[in-house]
Parts: sequence; C-alpha cells; structure tokens
Amino acid sequence: MANGTLANEVSYLEYQGKHKGIMGWLLSVDHKRIGLMYLMAILIFFFVAMTLGVLMRLEMLTPGETIMKPSTYNSVFTLHGVIMVFLFIIPAIPAVFGNFMLPIQIGAKDVAFPRLNLFSWYLYMVGAVLAVFSLFVGEGPADTGWTFYVPYSIRSAQNVTLTTMAAFVLGFSSILTGLNFVVTIHRLRAPGMTWFRMPLFVWGLYATSWIQVLATPVIGITLALIMLERFMGIGVFDPALGGDPILYQHLFWIYSHPAVYIMILPAMGVVSEILPTFSRKDIFGYKQIAISSLGIALIGYLVWGHHMFVSGMSDTSRIVFSLLTFLVAIPTGVKIFNWVATLYKASIKFSAPLYYVLGFIFIFSIGGLTGLVLGALATDIHVTDTYFVVAHFHYVMFGGMGIMFFATMHYWFPKVFGKMYNEKIAVIACTIIIIGFNVLYFPFFIMGYMGMPRRYYDYLPQFEGWHILSTVGSWILVSGIVFMFGNLFYGLLKGPKAAVNPWGGTTLEWKVPSPPPLENFDEIPVVTGGPYVHDKPTYIMHPGKEGINTNGGPKTINQEAAL
Amino acid sequence: MNPIVELVDNSFIFIIAISVVLLVGVTAAMIYFVFRYSEKNNPKPDQSITGSTTLEILWTVIPLILVLAMFFYGYEGFREMRNIPPNAMLVKVTGKMWFWNFEYENKKTSDTLLILPQGKDVRFELMSADVNHSFYVPAYRVKEDCVPGRVNHMWFHTTNVGVYDIECAEYCGMNHSYMLGKVKIVPEKEFLEWYNKIDSVKKTDSLSVPTGNVKTDSLKTLQVKTDTIKAPVKKTDSIKVNTKDTLKSKK
Repeated sequence: MANGTLANEVSYLEYQGKHKGIMGWLLSVDHKRIGLMYLMAILIFFFVAMTLGVLMRLEMLTPGETIMKPSTYNSVFTLHGVIMVFLFIIPAIPAVFGNFMLPIQIGAKDVAFPRLNLFSWYLYMVGAVLAVFSLFVGEGPADTGWTFYVPYSIRSAQNVTLTTMAAFVLGFSSILTGLNFVVTIHRLRAPGMTWFRMPLFVWGLYATSWIQVLATPVIGITLALIMLERFMGIGVFDPALGGDPILYQHLFWIYSHPAVYIMILPAMGVVSEILPTFSRKDIFGYKQIAISSLGIALIGYLVWGHHMFVSGMSDTSRIVFSLLTFLVAIPTGVKIFNWVATLYKASIKFSAPLYYVLGFIFIFSIGGLTGLVLGALATDIHVTDTYFVVAHFHYVMFGGMGIMFFATMHYWFPKVFGKMYNEKIAVIACTIIIIGFNVLYFPFFIMGYMGMPRRYYDYLPQFEGWHILSTVGSWILVSGIVFMFGNLFYGLLKGPKAAVNPWGGTTLEWKVPSPPPLENFDEIPVVTGGPYVHDKPTYIMHPGKEGINTNGGPKTINQEAAL
Repeated sequence: MNPIVELVDNSFIFIIAISVVLLVGVTAAMIYFVFRYSEKNNPKPDQSITGSTTLEILWTVIPLILVLAMFFYGYEGFREMRNIPPNAMLVKVTGKMWFWNFEYENKKTSDTLLILPQGKDVRFELMSADVNHSFYVPAYRVKEDCVPGRVNHMWFHTTNVGVYDIECAEYCGMNHSYMLGKVKIVPEKEFLEWYNKIDSVKKTDSLSVPTGNVKTDSLKTLQVKTDTIKAPVKKTDSIKVNTKDTLKSKK
C-alpha cells in the first residue's frame, strides 16, 4: 500500500490514494466518490424536509392550532420548499447518479473537470450550511414561501437574506455541474459512441445541463437583487420606490419554470434506462425520446408566465403563455406513449425498480394531465394558488422525480455498492409508498377545486374531512419510505454480493465490476451499436487486446488530457 | 346563471374527461402488457420492435389537436372574465395585512363583508396597501392579485342570494389564512336600502374581523365565524386614509 494501490485492481470504495480515511473522500476528485458524497448530504436534507412536511400535515389535521403557531407554520412550509427544491429535487439525480453513471455510460474515466466537480460539491455544502444556519440566527427562518415574492420578502423581518444567499450559492454549484456535464458529453464519449448511441439517461442529463447553465444565472441575479433591495433599498422591485413586484415574478419564474425540467428530465432518463433492461428488449422510439428531452428543455424556457395568470400581467401575455404551455405537453406525452409501447412484446422481469417505474408512469400521468387544467386560462384562474396546484406539483415533483429517485437507488444500488437489497421487502415498500402518496395528495385536487387556498395555516370547516384523510396518507407514505430506506441500509451492511450485471442491463455500467474500479475501464471501450440492443454485443471492452487501434483519435487524446 | 362559472366548470369537465380517458388508456395498456408479456407468458421478447413512425405521428398529432381544443376552451372562459360589462357597478377592493376593505361608488366603505345586489354585474378595482394579496371568490371561480403600486381588474355577475367565502389566495405573511371575508348577495331593494344609509356604515357592518395590529395570541379565538366579532370603529377610518396615501405616493 506504500505507493498506493494500482488504480484498477480494486474498487473505487477500497482504493487508497494519497489521502487515507475521511480525507480520501473529502479530497477525492473521483466522480463516483463525489456522487456518493452528494448522496449522503442529499439524503440528510431529504429527511429534514420530509419531517417538516409531516409536521405540516399534522398541523392541518384539525382546524386552528394543532401543534404550532401560524408564524412557525409559515417558516416550516418555506423551509420544506426551499430544502426540497434547492437541496434535494434539483441536485438529487444529476449530482448523485449523473456524477456516478454519466462517465461510465459514455465510456470515460471521469468527468471533464474532476476538480471543478469536487468544488461544486463544496459549493453545495456551503449553500446547505447557510440554509441550516438561517434557522438559528437572527429573527428566525424565512417565512416567505420558497418563491420569495416581493414586496413581502423585502419587508419580512425574518432571516430572508441568509436563505436567499443559500439559494444563490447553490445556484453556482448547479451551474458548474451543468457545465461539467455538457463538456464531458461533448468531449469524452468513447470511440464509436455517436450521439444516437448514447444511453437516454445521458440525453436527459444533457438537456438538463444546458438548462442549468443557461437559466440558473437568472435566479442568481434575482436573488442578489432581493438582498440589495433589503440592504440598500435600490428600488428595483419595491413599488414604494418605483420598482415593480411583477418584474420579480417574471425573473423568478424565468429560472424556476425551466428548473422544473431540471428536476424531471434526469428522472425521465432513468425511466428510459430501467424499462428496456427489465423488458429485455430495445426501447421503443429511441430517437423520439432523445429529441423530446431537448424539446421539453426548449419549450420549457418559454412558458414561465403560466405561474402569473392572476398577477395582473397583460391579457395578451396570458393567452400566449397559455398556448405555449399546452405545447410542452406534446413531447411529454410522446415519452409516456413510447415507454408504454416498450412493454409491448417484451419479456418482462418483475423487479423493484420496474414496480417504481410503473408507479411513476401512473402518478406522473396524473400530474401531467392535471397540468392541463392549470394551462387553460379559465380553469387556472379558479384553481391557481389553491391546493390544486400543490397537488399538481407534488404529483410531478414527488411522484415524478421523487419516486424515480427511489427507483434509481434500487436500480443502481448493486452497481454503486456491490451489494444486494431484499427484493420482496423492496416491492412491499414500493406498494406502501404508492398507496400513501395517493391518499396524501389526491384529496388536494378536490380541496383545490373547492377553493382551499395554499399556504393556509387554518381552514374553513368544509375542508376538514379531506385534510384528515390527507394527514393519514402522510403517515402511510412515511412508513413506506422508512421501510424502503431500512431495507436498502440493511442490504448495504448485510446484503449478499451483487453480480456484475444482476438485471441483464445493456449499457456500459453493467460491463464493469460492481462496484466499479477507480478508473472505470482498463481500456476505453469501443462502441459498435445502440445502447439497448439485447441480442448482440455492442461494445468491445478490450479493443487493444483484440487488435483494434483506437489511438490517435481525438477522443482518446482528450481523455488522457482530462485525467 | 353566471356565465363565468358555467364556462370554467365546462372547460374543467372537458379537460378532465379527456384526461381520464388518456389516463385509463395508458394505465390499462401498461397493466395488460406487463401481464401479457411477462417473463412467464412471453419468454422470448420480440427484438425487431424498435419504433413506429406511424404511431409517433399519431401520438404527436392527436394530443396536439386535443390540447389546442383545451386551450381554446380555456381562452373562451378567460375572454368572458376579461370582458367587463361597461355599466357594471364598481367596488374598489383594497387588501391589507390581513383584511379586506371595500369602497363603493358613493364612498361607502366596509371591512371584510362585501354586500352586493342580486343579478348585477360588479366590477372590482383591486389594490394593495402593503404586500401582494389575491382576491378570491371560489363560488364565482374568479381571483386576481392585489399588487401594490398598480390596479388590477376583475368582475362577476351576482346570482343567487346567499353568503359566499372570500379568501386571500396570495401568501401575505403571518395571518394570511385569516384574511377571509364574505360576499353577501341580497335582493336589490335590500341592497339599496343599505347602500343609501350613508352614515350608518359602521353600525350596519355585521361582519368584520379585527384588523391591523392583531397579535398571534388573539388569533386562536379568531375562527371563521367572524360575524360575532366587530372591528373597532376607528380602524376603518385610519385604514382608509393610509390606503389612499400609500397608493398615491406609489404612483
């Protein structure tokens, strides 16, 4: 061990380089270790935000005060939103599994800028620490909702500055990760991996990364303006100083609507990985799914105004934004239809990740279809800012991204840790989660149409029954989630060793050992076909041994330069 | 019948009906395939199926037509909402943390309770004295934000006699969920009687919530049944003045 182990003889988990113990992680530029560091941080914040969510549901169990005062409730839903959105939903799949799997799936040894990658993790942690810090200092945590709408966010005496500062720093982490992925995908694909031979998860990440690079700076500027407004009263947003609160809403949603697609596109990418694996056949409509990711990213930029249909924006803008909003439904529909068609004449192997995907398709379809109610002007004006909206975005965010994050953890668990979890318990936990989810959030649709506004600490008597049902749902959901994590944790400690390719997957990560060695591949593989071909090999894993010359190609040179 | 309510509910039913058909179709196909083509029932997958241009075109074009129809339905309802009848009576609505103030054309004002005559078109000018609020009347399916520094518009046609909820739908701080009110629709004769009694504004206010500097503790007692609680008289006046001053200075 004196000179360090040879990079590719042991797995990335066992490898000892210059630093040992905890420093071997904190200073590691290995994309896999960084992915795992993200995973640990993200799971902690997920549990914090989930606990806040459970407390909110508990408060709503009875009208009036149940367990907390209105000002506490307002901070709780703000933190639930901020932590979930900025610390969990946005980074979860790209930063954890994108980091881990992207280089392996395209046949690279690491991302293009490994040090920048580590720096992004530190930025994420700084942002996270600031967010936690805002809980304990000053006048207490922010109470503005995660949208920080002005003028309230300028006037609030609570600790809004620190919370916006946290989101500001987290934005940079997101931008740099996006930049890193775009360059990695452009420059580090293995020889023979053309654009249309890339796995669909990589396509999802590619579309996501562009949004991260192009849209996130807008929120950075907007949040910085709020801080300046609070400190110096520059009067960009404050109407008392000649500013415009509607301008803030435009700027906020110019980022935050595309951000919705940052959240969902990587999840959709994983759906496209899991389905062909457990169907044991090629995905249906590969090119349409790949292009629809770009389509969603592109149209997603142009629909932000649908968050502002009652803000006082001009009637013409409302009509144009409504029309554009409906167009974004088309590429989303294309994806869902192609996924279902993939199952046709397949040979389906039932397994926990597939159960999650089937649950996802059902729940996400409800989320997507109720989005149409919100896209149409007449109905949106009635249900916007009610529980209907809350239901809709929990169906797409939690039911979409969250459920797929659980699916992803099960799907890549054997690859990441080289261990297996208990399959039966995983399926039971998945069932409990899907039932609990619907009991919790479906009543929101009904309450919303009845006129229950969101962010209400108290409610009118006609809503009581639905609130009770929903709170019971939250208990079911949480027990399912705890059960699921317990099973995974037990598998990590005591589970049997996982095979190289336990599911029969066809993408490159299933060709390397579980867990993968430090540099992923002994030799950069050569790609000869599409990612989901089941009946013939499409990768040459040791081109050197087989006498295939890959030297001299621009890809190989770049790979060495990057390392 | 209220045309807006009808249009909103019809577009809702139209969108939900199509959605249910799509959801049931997708889910049923998915469940059928999963069982029909399980490992057991279909050991050999058909590797030749990788896509179909016909299907791709079908499931791009058909949904496109459907969503355009939904857009149009939504647009029609919206046009009605924005098509304010020229001779509608005017009520100025001011949102203030955390109560509603209504001012009629004859300068009569009222807090929290909005009394309107039956069978009339009513136009609202929506303003805010502090932060964003949103004036929401679920029974009439309409809401519009009250944004400081500007005036927004909204209208509805009053139908049946009765009392309906008013809620603030845009988060506005601590007592956001107590920023409630009632619309009371009365026969026109009764309304005019009330409306013309200029000096009795404060006495006839049968429904008000404590306003302004409400402390958290006192809120426990502040339930929805606000009709028993009366606002201190002086508050109405001071608020009127404040509202106007701030609005003027912001223009």
